[in-house]
Amino acid sequence: MAGLDQTLRAFLLKEIVSGMASTLKMMFKPKVTLNYPYEKGPLSPRFRGEHALRRYPNGEERCIACKLCEATCPAEAITIESEPRDDGSRRTTRYDIDMTKCIYCGLCEEACPVDAIVEGPNYEFAVETREELMYDKEKLLANGDRWETVLARRLELDAPYR
Amino acid sequence: MVKVFIDGAPIEVPAGSSALQACEAAGKEIPRFCYHERLSVAGNCRMCLVEVVNAPKPVASCGFPVGEGMQILTDTEKVRRARRAVMEFLLINHPLDCPICDQGGECDLQDQAYGYGSGVSRYEEEKRAVTDKNLGPLVKTVMTRCIQCTRCVRFCTEIAGTPELGAVSRGENLEITTYVEKALTSELSGNLIDICPVGALTSKPGAFQARPWELKKTDAIDVMDAVGTNIVMQVRGGEVKRIVPRVNDEVNEEWLSDKGRFSVDGLKHRRLDRPWVRVHGKRQAVSWQDAFVAVAKRLEGVAGDRIGAIAGDLCDAESMTALRDLMSALGSENIDCRQDGAIYDLSDRARYTFASGIVGIEDADALLIVGAVPRHDAPVLNARIRKRYLAAGRGGFPIGVIGAQPSDPTWGYEAVGDGPAALNGLLDGSNPFAAVLKAAKKPMIILGHGALTRKDASAIQSSVWKLAEEVGAVGPDWNGFNILHTAASRVAGLDLGFLPGKGGRSVAGMLKGGVEVLWLLGADEFPVGEIGPDTFVIYQGHHGDAAAARADVILPGAAYTEKSGTWVNTEGRVQQSFQAVFPPGEAREDWRILRAFSDVVGYRLPYDTIESLRARMASINPVFAGGVALAGTGQAAQGGEIDGAEPFRVPVQSYYLTNPISRASETMAECARVYGPVAAIAAE
Repeated sequence: MAGLDQTLRAFLLKEIVSGMASTLKMMFKPKVTLNYPYEKGPLSPRFRGEHALRRYPNGEERCIACKLCEATCPAEAITIESEPRDDGSRRTTRYDIDMTKCIYCGLCEEACPVDAIVEGPNYEFAVETREELMYDKEKLLANGDRWETVLARRLELDAPYR
Repeated sequence: MVKVFIDGAPIEVPAGSSALQACEAAGKEIPRFCYHERLSVAGNCRMCLVEVVNAPKPVASCGFPVGEGMQILTDTEKVRRARRAVMEFLLINHPLDCPICDQGGECDLQDQAYGYGSGVSRYEEEKRAVTDKNLGPLVKTVMTRCIQCTRCVRFCTEIAGTPELGAVSRGENLEITTYVEKALTSELSGNLIDICPVGALTSKPGAFQARPWELKKTDAIDVMDAVGTNIVMQVRGGEVKRIVPRVNDEVNEEWLSDKGRFSVDGLKHRRLDRPWVRVHGKRQAVSWQDAFVAVAKRLEGVAGDRIGAIAGDLCDAESMTALRDLMSALGSENIDCRQDGAIYDLSDRARYTFASGIVGIEDADALLIVGAVPRHDAPVLNARIRKRYLAAGRGGFPIGVIGAQPSDPTWGYEAVGDGPAALNGLLDGSNPFAAVLKAAKKPMIILGHGALTRKDASAIQSSVWKLAEEVGAVGPDWNGFNILHTAASRVAGLDLGFLPGKGGRSVAGMLKGGVEVLWLLGADEFPVGEIGPDTFVIYQGHHGDAAAARADVILPGAAYTEKSGTWVNTEGRVQQSFQAVFPPGEAREDWRILRAFSDVVGYRLPYDTIESLRARMASINPVFAGGVALAGTGQAAQGGEIDGAEPFRVPVQSYYLTNPISRASETMAECARVYGPVAAIAAE
């Protein structure tokens, strides 16, 4: 009896018919894949991507060289040198992040008392050489300038939970 | 002794102790800001509140004397509440600028707020702001951070002896100020930075350069004067960022002179980082091997007695031992460590050291200073004299001075005379101070280099020794005959016998063509211009100073931060320091240079490790291995005529610029500019 059943299924193409039915059903459902470089998925405001150093609205850099991010960084990816600027304020002369060491834990951002170093929403910073991943202060500030509107919005959204 | 109960546990403490001291003895931590062991009690921060059973309210333990059977509670809810309240008041006006404060990470207020504070602030009103004061080139002020503990005021008044800081106004308006804006004149002003519990007083030259948690700490000995101050070198990124004192009650208590603390930036400038050889009048950078060969070639055929060596003021005992052995291998007796031409009585170690010890100052009951300016020769030792002077009360510690002193030596004194003639007056009793010395049970005489660098120094020494014997300063149970050295390497040099041998030439004899080849081991403070024009000069050292400019061959050595070395302070105390950083470029440790060179000239120095070199030092003088020092390493002072008319000169002419490191330091140059030459102060 079992043999007859199998034979009938084989000759009547039952699997193919049910598979095609499923395909037909899916054709009328909304798509879940993204056309990646042209379409992107939604990001949480807490997403930890590429780092940036922010400025105040008047253009003054926020970082005050307190070195708390350097101290807290578990991967020891941050290197800071500081000295008094000509006007006597405390500033960094060097702010380097080795992005190959960074583990994107976000502790630097949490340690920062002035919201200077942040991890922005950008995750598309792949480069061709390792050297390009050694970020210096200039690069980080440029990131901050480029992403400032988004960064400010992220912080605002996350503020109630801090 | 009094028996008290701390949190129920009985403990015996000396009568008259404060409750805080009793709690410390019992191992209980009491938070405090204004209280400091070496300063008088102020009792104004109120942080040290404890509960005393049967007392109506919490008491400030720092100023509360213990009584028999007293029961002190240090950790009750009442005490905790009181501390939280005090902390809240302290934080009312303290700015929340820890991230930009240099004290952050080593701040008493930060730590204690964390440990004893309440964690939240209820204060919403305006905070006060105070204008910053300019205290000179060394101490930076951020007066808004001040919590008015008055430690700095008490330090200046009591320890440094320059009462320039004070508090004006009251209550919330109280400000620490110099009254009239001026730079602090003390040579101990750097200690204000250590003593300030918050970030109100911080280091100006080191501002914003390093955080305490990123500094690697290495124990060392200060070489800027001959006190042998115990220090900690704090290193970051291969560079000594700052130097702070280490507690040693027998030497420096917990103070450090400004030169020792702030000369560090001199270690970055004018460094010799590779060997140089002068070829046809022009210096060329060469390899070590070429430099050695150039020296060896020049030495070929030169008779031993035509070779000489001078050791400088900052040398470690190891390199002097190696140079001494090298010179004797070359057949030279011309070695000298006395750049300034001082004459010592080398027949007895007690006659060329600070025999009573620095602690001995506290036992002395009369003091005669001959040709020394302790305030500039050894500021930390001067603080000890002042401590004794204050402890004795008015007239309790008479100080007589022969020679010049700055306008404020930080203690009151009687001018006995300005030259050796006054010694005669003391010897024959015609000078009234002779009676004071005689009446004293433990009189002390400090003989300085103002007297020892004169031509008639040995005669002066004999007569001072005679005076010491006459007034009872030297005896079986008290030796108050003290030499105050100014060079860190000097006593080690004398202990090692780095002195002209039989028929050998001293520094003066080696100059003006006295020798054909002259090896300078970090020696810059002798008249370099007097080296004969045909003399071949080898300079082994770390800074391009006067002698390096004259040198034909430069061998780059290591500064005191870059080598593990032994130093002997003015008391004859043998102390070792450790290497904190590596020498720059191709520079090497000095004894290794000498050892390597000895191979080239065909005489191999018999030590390959620093341990075996130290064993060699101990075989020269057992004192280097912790043994009993050789009684003497040279001859007794020869008598001779005293030139009575000539007054003693000031030993240290410009306090901030005494050695190659401080002369290369921008901070010290700024200090010298601000404070002017010492001689000018003395003339006031």
